[in-house]
Amino acid sequence: MIIKSLDPRITRAGIDDESKDGIQQPMDQWHTYEVFQQKKRGTHHVHVGSLHAPDAELAVLFAKEQYARRGQCVNLWVVKTSDVFATEYEDEDIFATTPEKKYREPEVYKVMDRIQAFKAKQNS
Amino acid sequence: MELTERHVEGLKELLYKMADDLLILGHRNSEWTGLGPVLEEDIAFSSMAQDKLGQSLALFELLHELGENIPDIVAFTRNDKQFHNCHLVEMPIGEYDFSLARHFFYDHADALRFAMLENSSFEGLSMISRKFKGEIKYHTMHADVWMKQLSYGTEESKARMQSAINEVFPLALGIFEEGEFEAELIEAGIFIGEAALKAQWLEKVGAELHKYGYTLPDPEAVIPALGGRKGFHTEHLQPLLNEMSEVFQIDPGADW
Repeated sequence: MIIKSLDPRITRAGIDDESKDGIQQPMDQWHTYEVFQQKKRGTHHVHVGSLHAPDAELAVLFAKEQYARRGQCVNLWVVKTSDVFATEYEDEDIFATTPEKKYREPEVYKVMDRIQAFKAKQNS
Repeated sequence: MELTERHVEGLKELLYKMADDLLILGHRNSEWTGLGPVLEEDIAFSSMAQDKLGQSLALFELLHELGENIPDIVAFTRNDKQFHNCHLVEMPIGEYDFSLARHFFYDHADALRFAMLENSSFEGLSMISRKFKGEIKYHTMHADVWMKQLSYGTEESKARMQSAINEVFPLALGIFEEGEFEAELIEAGIFIGEAALKAQWLEKVGAELHKYGYTLPDPEAVIPALGGRKGFHTEHLQPLLNEMSEVFQIDPGADW
């Protein structure tokens, strides 16, 4: 039986519903790339997702349409996923006490209240 | 200079053929949506097809300012004999090699045409040419990268692209079919003319293909697909128009 669809393109293609043609083989020449987008010059590139591409040149072209076709963008980076060296989730405990180390952050300085009060006064 | 009636007619002819090429190719390329070779390419190709529709809308709006009907009416109610697109853009999408070769030849012509029109004495055209410059640059980048990639992919990919180039080239020459008002357009500084555009294009696509080891067929040795600009089309255009305007025709007065 030929597949009939409301989409005229599908009907036109004359695809036999018994056909095995559409069965996907795993891609052997394509890799995944991680995409980093910069919204304004001078700001950080931010990771926005990943995509498939055969090499970096096509990866940036795809990244433009996949991640930067809406909203502002001035620059894109792509990095092969396999080139990203990451920590293991089983080592997550190395971060366990970091939320407690507030004393390392300027927000908890004793003078912070006065700084905030000063800023509020400036803005009012 | 003061534009005469013939200048305005020439301007309309230019706008119509550009707008029709973009509308028809935009529609054709959108036929790949959901069926593209891989998801990422599907997204990119579909997005470029949408860009083409946007560009054609901008041109139809210029035509409307010159007294033609509103864009929806012009786009969806004419029959094939009233369309001025070249045969290249109306051909079915074929296999992906055909669509990529068409994309390459057409988009380079489009990029060069809009680049020329940045200096057009008709302000509406020079404005939209500047507006779409970056968008069109991406289209040619995309086409070039695929040409390059497939040239060193496998024996099969290179052979298939070369054969698609050979098949598409005579159709692509039809882009430069001259109209009745070439002299007026050149005289008024509206457009530099099809012959000058074609010469630039041959140089550009020839150099680009040479870089990747392909051969550009000899333009003197092939028969260009002419007639489209004058309303003579292949049997492929009318079915496309029927499909494209199907929803519009159900209720032409509907408010979207």
